[in-house]
Amino acid sequence: MSTFWQRYRRNKSAVFGLAVILIVIIMAVTANFLYPFDPFRLAGKPLSGPGMNGFLLGSDSLGRDVAAGIVHGAKTSLLIGLIATLVAVLIGIVFGAFSGYYGGRLDDFLMRVTEIFQTIPSFIFAILLVAIMKPSIVSIVIAIAVVSWPGVARLVRGEFLALKSREFVQACHTLGMSDLRIMLREILPNCMSPIIVIGSLMVATAILIESGLAFLGLGDPNIMSWGFQIGAGRTMLRSAWWVCTFPGVAILITVLAINLVGEGLNDALNPRLRERI
Amino acid sequence: MTQSTKIIRYVSRRVFQGVPIIIAIIVINFFLLNLAEGDAVDVLAGEAGSATPEYMAQLRAKFGLDQPLPVQLLVYLKNVLALDLGYSFRHDMPVSDLIFDRFFATGLLMTCTILLAVGFGVLLGLLAAMQLNTWKDAVITVFALITYATPLFWVGLMMIVVFSLKLGWLPTSGMENVAAFYEGWDRAKDIAVHLILPTITLSLFYLALYTRMMRASMLEQYGQDYVVTARAKGLTERRITFVHVLRNALLPVVTMAGVQVGALIGGSVIVESVFAWPGLGMLAFESLFARDLNLLLGIFMLSSILVIVVNLIVDIIYCFLDPRIEVS
Repeated sequence: MSTFWQRYRRNKSAVFGLAVILIVIIMAVTANFLYPFDPFRLAGKPLSGPGMNGFLLGSDSLGRDVAAGIVHGAKTSLLIGLIATLVAVLIGIVFGAFSGYYGGRLDDFLMRVTEIFQTIPSFIFAILLVAIMKPSIVSIVIAIAVVSWPGVARLVRGEFLALKSREFVQACHTLGMSDLRIMLREILPNCMSPIIVIGSLMVATAILIESGLAFLGLGDPNIMSWGFQIGAGRTMLRSAWWVCTFPGVAILITVLAINLVGEGLNDALNPRLRERI
Repeated sequence: MTQSTKIIRYVSRRVFQGVPIIIAIIVINFFLLNLAEGDAVDVLAGEAGSATPEYMAQLRAKFGLDQPLPVQLLVYLKNVLALDLGYSFRHDMPVSDLIFDRFFATGLLMTCTILLAVGFGVLLGLLAAMQLNTWKDAVITVFALITYATPLFWVGLMMIVVFSLKLGWLPTSGMENVAAFYEGWDRAKDIAVHLILPTITLSLFYLALYTRMMRASMLEQYGQDYVVTARAKGLTERRITFVHVLRNALLPVVTMAGVQVGALIGGSVIVESVFAWPGLGMLAFESLFARDLNLLLGIFMLSSILVIVVNLIVDIIYCFLDPRIEVS
């Protein structure tokens, strides 16, 4: 663990990213303490500029506090980003593991399915899924997971293919271990590093997809999110630039920080993958 | 077997491989349509205000909606293969006509975007790799990192704030100034002016991507044995870079340009709805609000097929660019 931290620390921008993520997490966790009221609540005079009428970052056309929205939106973005990624990684592991371990017909079939999902334009597919299932946190998570698992499946398949013929796996076979146990207990732990790296980068993509959906009006109507704030503020762009600007900065900083952490993890966990983008 | 027959065989095999994917996408489309609440008859009845159950049953029989699912699926497959994507009740037009009308605008936007993103991406990546670890490399890398993390719609809105509202240089939205009744070159110029902001916005993300790829690809090629050979025989660095390394480094970037077309279509939904660019993305955005599912599914299907076709074209270009690729 300490050697991991030493290697991670060498990448200065990754440390910076980690610090930013921690700030965003603290913001999300303390949202109810910082702004104890509903962020949809009309908090004061509409279209106040930043610093005016007690609004740190201004208010929108309905008098909602932009800063409160950003703090509460952090919760939404992080939660959806994390859960959607977890679901996608799980689907990807199942597909990739069976594909790589068993090979043959099953591999052909599963990879064909993966290929189809990789071909479909992902953002439009996500829009379609959310529109059909009606916008809610659950449908957004499902949509993001459904469009993001193929990358993990391919990665896991490659790892399983490479590892399944190694001596330690053959030793497990001679010990009479079941296939499922070999896959779960022996091979999977050995390919966790690249999965963690790709997963961390996927959280960033998931946050971007979520904000895009919310911007188009496909967010959960009961939950504040950064994309929703920008979508709601765009008609007032001429008179109130701050409504769109600050939530966008929040997305940019968060996604950038997660990408930096992902690269740092990549350097620290598997130096041999360093050339990969 | 000669090289050309090999290539023809390869191409026809790749075309053949695309067919099951297209059928699978049509099937997915069909199930999504059935997953949605209500069918076309419910929509029609809603439009009309009220309808008796008998009339609705009659309509269902007319559209074949009373048939078992597998039969409906076969009919749907047949229709789609005949380019009949259903009917948009909102626009009172066949979906395929609507899509066809909007195709030009999206095609124009996407072509300009790809040219800009690939062109500048290759240039910046090349520059960064040649000036490795200097301040130029650092600036380009940081620029790529930041653009990679920025949501497209936000960049678009910020561009509008700066270049349209504050500076007043460029129009905020639309594809042309319809009220001005421009013709010929004036019209082309008008469209070009409207095209600037959407193209820059859409290309930024891909510009970042291609810059990073090109830089990595150049660095990888610099480490190859043939570069050592070239140095040993006394070639100048300039010649090594432009004649030997550049050509090899371009290959993965070309492939990536094909793979990214799907993402580009998704990006165009956002950019077109920000700039009210009257293309397929804008149409998708409108159909979302009108709950026009037939239309949305039609756009989805067309864009999926477009991705398959573009990837096929890229593969074919690729095997001409790089004779080493196994075509058999």
